[in-house]
Amino acid sequence: MIAAVGRVYEWELVKLLAQKRTYLGLLSAILVPIVFVVVLVLQTGGPNDVPLGRYIRDTGLAAPFVVLFFMSIWGLPLITALVAGDIVAAESHNDTLKTILTRSRDRGQVFAGKVLAVLTYTFVVVFALGLVGLAAGSIAWGFHPLTSLSGTKVSPGHGLVLLVASLAVYFLPLAGIAAFGLLLSTVTRNSAASVVGSLMFALLMQLLGVLPGTESIRPYLLGTQFEAWHGFLRTPADWVPVIRAFWVCALYISIPVAAAYLVFLRRDVASQ
Amino acid sequence: MSDELPVSARGLVKLYGELVAVDHVDLTVEKGDVFGYLGPNGAGKTTSLRMLLGLIRPTEGSIELFGRDPQVAGAKALEGVAGFVEGPTFYPYLTARRNLRLLAAYDDGDSRSRIEELLALVELSDRGDDKVGGYSHGMRQRLGIAAALLREPKLLLLDEPTTGLDPAGMRDMRDLVRRLAGEGITVLLSSHLLTEVEELCNRVAIIRKGRIVYEGQLQDLLSTAATGFRLRSPELDRAKALLLAQPGVAEVTSVDGSLRFQADEEAVAALSIALGQARIGVTALVPEAASLEELFLGMTEGEQADGERAAAKEEAVA
Repeated sequence: MIAAVGRVYEWELVKLLAQKRTYLGLLSAILVPIVFVVVLVLQTGGPNDVPLGRYIRDTGLAAPFVVLFFMSIWGLPLITALVAGDIVAAESHNDTLKTILTRSRDRGQVFAGKVLAVLTYTFVVVFALGLVGLAAGSIAWGFHPLTSLSGTKVSPGHGLVLLVASLAVYFLPLAGIAAFGLLLSTVTRNSAASVVGSLMFALLMQLLGVLPGTESIRPYLLGTQFEAWHGFLRTPADWVPVIRAFWVCALYISIPVAAAYLVFLRRDVASQ
Repeated sequence: MSDELPVSARGLVKLYGELVAVDHVDLTVEKGDVFGYLGPNGAGKTTSLRMLLGLIRPTEGSIELFGRDPQVAGAKALEGVAGFVEGPTFYPYLTARRNLRLLAAYDDGDSRSRIEELLALVELSDRGDDKVGGYSHGMRQRLGIAAALLREPKLLLLDEPTTGLDPAGMRDMRDLVRRLAGEGITVLLSSHLLTEVEELCNRVAIIRKGRIVYEGQLQDLLSTAATGFRLRSPELDRAKALLLAQPGVAEVTSVDGSLRFQADEEAVAALSIALGQARIGVTALVPEAASLEELFLGMTEGEQADGERAAAKEEAVA
């Protein structure tokens, strides 16, 4: 079973690597932090009102955190949706589901391979953005101690660990958007509708988070989990938002994936 | 598995809302058959094939491929089964070789030598590194055959395999099907090209509006049609007069410079002697059977023709 899913996963990655939209997403994730740093180098002002924004020129370590903040609104959700919204819909568009579902793999195995491929892409996008941001920031402003959100100094080595942990936690809500995109991709069989729908979902989550009167549900909104990494940058570390991000995102991931799985398992594969 | 029927479908029904796409279809394909599945466009051939391959869930009925139900056994039911419905499809952004390697991986195999062998068989070795997106329809059909053979099937399901091919491509495809059948592969071939079915198949099923109207040996079907004889002679009028007077000869008509009539073989033997004795030259005296096309049209358009006749009668009465 695991080997069977592994082979599907491997070939899902091969397929992703053969498609332009994958490179478009990855290239965007790489270019955005570079452009961001270059613009700041050419200007004197800065993003002082965002977390770590006022320290951005102190150390390259601050750059990826600031970029993560800006990209959470629609940039990374769009990059994620580009692939998540397409991964099943493209099979319908190319009418290739019938080709792979008449081989020796069960539908569940094919679906599992696709879920793993989407999560891998999402993971790579987040880490590519973070690490390129770190590299660009370090080239521009050096690799110095980072000032935490509590105002204490963090050594560059420890700051690097915090960055990796933050990227890992940041991956969770993005995986929630990927799961929603996968569901739309499975149900609508339409790539464009799934990409736009996923982006709308992400924006709606952000919007709900700033509307007055939503304070009680705010901790459980997907958009809020994009800020969970702030907990790592406090002294001492605040684990409450991090732990909440784990279980809240688990719900946002598992419910759409389970629904998509059931649809995928039962759907009639007829011509479009 | 070897003793089980390659295909056994019983009471297959597929409803799309109010539309009955397939209506209580029974199909039996026996080992070694080249089975022709005939029907006009939209009759339910492709929907039936999709159900056989587990792509579509039947509303009612049961399917067994070598004794296994695709809806119960999943991919395991397709062991030894390969083919394509509504034309083979591939990932357009991958090369033909990569597409085949992907499909081989989905089958737990990755034999590159087998892939090369099959690309050579379908004459695509030189184009194997081209992306399938740039392939012509005929090349995709051939690659579809290669993809199917990659599974080393015992049952091959081919939906309109020659549709869209040029005459040479059609000939090559038919030769390939004939060769595969000769190697012992059971073939279920859906087609609306009657000459193709007549040329390749030993058994047929004819589907009309979702229902099977005939299933059995092709020869049995052809022999059900009323047979007749055709006579050609340079002295057609004298010959016709003799035929009309000859015992056992009936329904004499003049058609395209010849005479068509009904008679049994004994009467025809007597007729040939009578013609000789009357010194009437004969250039041809041949039996005529209804073609598959005539039978097919009779079966698939019969209801429509009946309906039109009934409507005309109602109109006349009114």
